[in-house]
Amino acid sequence: MFHWLERNPFFFAVGVFLVVAYAGVVTILPDFMESARPVTGTKPYTVLELAGRQIYIKDSCNACHSQLVRPFKSETDRYGKYSLSGEYAYDRPFLWGSRRAGPDLMRVGNYRTTDWHEYHMLDPKSVVPGSIMPAYKHMFQNVADIDTAYAEAYTVKTVFSVPYDQPDMPTLGTYDEAKKQVMAEASAIVADMKSPEIKEAFQRGEIKEIVALIAYLNRLK
Amino acid sequence: MQANNALNYDYSVAKCFTYATILFGIIGMLIGVVIAYQLAFPELNYLAGEYGTYSRLRPLHTSGVIFGFLLSGIFATWYYVGQRVLKVSMAESPFLMILGRVHFWLYMILMIIAVVTLFLGIGTSKEYAELEWPLDIAVVVVWVIWGLSIFGLIGIRREKTLYISMWYYIATFLGVAMLYLFNNMEVPTYFVSGYGKWYHSVSMYAGTNDAMVQWWYGHNAVAFVFTVPIIAMIYYFLPKESGQPVFSYKLSLLSFWGLMFVYLWAGGHHLLYSTVPDWVQTMGSIFSIILILPSWGSAINMLLTMKGQWGQLKSNPLVKFMVLASTFYMLSTLEGPIQAIKSVNALAHFTDWIPGHVHDGTLGWVGFMTMAALFHMAPRMYKRELYSKKLMESQFWIQTTGIVMYFSSMWIAGITQGMMWRATDQYGNLAYSFIDTVTVLIPYYALRATGGLLYLIGFFMFTYNMYKTMTASKAIASEPQNASPMAA
Ligand code: HEC
Ligand code: HEM
Ligand SMILES: [Fe+2]
Repeated sequence: MFHWLERNPFFFAVGVFLVVAYAGVVTILPDFMESARPVTGTKPYTVLELAGRQIYIKDSCNACHSQLVRPFKSETDRYGKYSLSGEYAYDRPFLWGSRRAGPDLMRVGNYRTTDWHEYHMLDPKSVVPGSIMPAYKHMFQNVADIDTAYAEAYTVKTVFSVPYDQPDMPTLGTYDEAKKQVMAEASAIVADMKSPEIKEAFQRGEIKEIVALIAYLNRLK
Repeated sequence: MQANNALNYDYSVAKCFTYATILFGIIGMLIGVVIAYQLAFPELNYLAGEYGTYSRLRPLHTSGVIFGFLLSGIFATWYYVGQRVLKVSMAESPFLMILGRVHFWLYMILMIIAVVTLFLGIGTSKEYAELEWPLDIAVVVVWVIWGLSIFGLIGIRREKTLYISMWYYIATFLGVAMLYLFNNMEVPTYFVSGYGKWYHSVSMYAGTNDAMVQWWYGHNAVAFVFTVPIIAMIYYFLPKESGQPVFSYKLSLLSFWGLMFVYLWAGGHHLLYSTVPDWVQTMGSIFSIILILPSWGSAINMLLTMKGQWGQLKSNPLVKFMVLASTFYMLSTLEGPIQAIKSVNALAHFTDWIPGHVHDGTLGWVGFMTMAALFHMAPRMYKRELYSKKLMESQFWIQTTGIVMYFSSMWIAGITQGMMWRATDQYGNLAYSFIDTVTVLIPYYALRATGGLLYLIGFFMFTYNMYKTMTASKAIASEPQNASPMAA
């Protein structure tokens, strides 16, 4: 049979494809629905948090940080409760990472605060001597892209039925409503921050990237 | 007529991709060395503002070496090997010639845009699949063109039986097509909502599902980009360069179908102890162990091809490159299954031992094989002998030293890190704060970066040797049969 296949490229290709493809079908599909179900209490990201998440992706924090607490005592002692599948139900894309040059951030919102992040992102070494994390000064200059975050929330709501605007869930509403909501959330964070430039910018209606990022980090619990 | 044609293989496209391989090799590896030093000396993060941080550069390094260096190398060897094993010249079909050129230029444009967007931080964060949807579409187009070129050439072939290398090129084409399509399923947000950046998208899959699809992709990208096409190369170039027939046809058959069958099941080893279903993890572990068989099957087949001819290791540096590549392949396909054992993975996962493993494979196996292939092709494409054997020998030793420094430092770093994360004091409390586990690694990071630097220096030597071969080496009258001619 193999000799025959080697003289018939079409059937050879079909053979290879079948052998290769079915493993994917068998391993991925059976638990697809099950894995997608959120655990109680997990909520979709607000627009400001989503904007922060997009910044996390833009600066590849996942290249150094994981977001997956494995079920070992050494990990639950260090980071908190181990991860459950449903906690990730609204994570598109997932951000588990594959390497811990820095600590896991799955539950960093439980033990770090807005002003800690503010100093740390500006100059990690001054907060944690010996840190090798880069400083992210540009996040104090760049303005967060709220429009794209809104677009993403709106998209997952319409296409994937993510439960915005439902009882006990974050509101999304129209673009203008969302924008108002974002300003309200951001103002709470800006109030906890120390930098006068960030505060001034916020007075002008500008939300810097760092504000959105901190909203996201605070939400990781 | 036929014999005459067969001699006039057209290498114009192969040459273009050879230049691309060298160019992206330099860019990708240079960035790799920079980010390696950044971990040891964080001040290096601030050389180019927000664009020079480790964050922005890491995806550029991985994409640069995988889709720039390696993929170009695969294309270059395809446009060389394909014609020869099918016994047909591309020039016999104007259509295939045009297709080849379009393939190259589209690919180059795509790569340049990819580099720019990654610098800007535009990406999806999925490892080795960072590009946003407009570029994904371009990737698909480039891939389809390559497919047309493969099957077009097959369509007009004279040699009816597909040589082993052809099996592997075909599998590369099909495997990557399937993986790439499914992992990059995403919804452009602007077109749904009318707001925000037009190129932004959101993944079709969420959370655990997204992780499963991503590592089904990531793991098999290793299969179909780092393994399968490299095996295609070694099956052609080693027998050709050494003048030895492949040791066993049966073993090639077994390894090929075995690899196709087993590889796809092993992806779960990237997700051990995560929230994916237990049975997926267990399957991943078990199939990883089984995967040793077809992997070693190919490697042993290659090593035995040199049976009784070990003298060539001394006389011919190209054979040396290829034999060492095979050996590194064996090393990483032994190390991988060890890391896939659940209890070992509990320690190894998230540590620097993983990049250590990756680079045994990529530097030792992929890099060496690709460079050896281009060295072998050069005298045939440019009708000149290789410029310097001495330089080649030094390159070999410098790069081998680099690889050894790389993986030994990362083994120690990874295991140290893993042990420290879980170490407890006499009361059962964690013994180390996280930062302790970072600062202790700095010397190893420095060592690793220096190993990488040696490899990069070797790559510059390779580049220089290739350049001189193309431009200044002694011309040869007829094409060499086996061992590539080289000046001392
Ligand atoms: C080069 C690797 C690297 C990158 C990239 C990186 N970090 Fe870090 N990060 C570290 C290291 C190492 C630490 C531990 C030392 C410290 O706290 O500074 C750390 C610590 C942290 C902490 C404190 C966690 C804790 O439990 O104390 C937070 C929060 C954090 N990083 C956020 C980020 C964000 C957000 C980004 C992306 C913008 C990022 N990091 C990018 C390496 C990195
Ligand atoms: C029998 C063959 C192999 C097996 C069973 C295997 C197994 C593994 C395992 C267990 C991991 C670590 C997953 C984790 O804990 O994060 C891994 C990662 C990886 N390996 Fe292999 N490996 C094999 C061969 C190879 C080869 C030959 C290469 C390269 C040429 C390679 C490249 C990689 C890459 C790129 C990663 C991903 C690193 C990341 O997480 O970002 N592997 N492999
Ligand atoms: Fe893998």
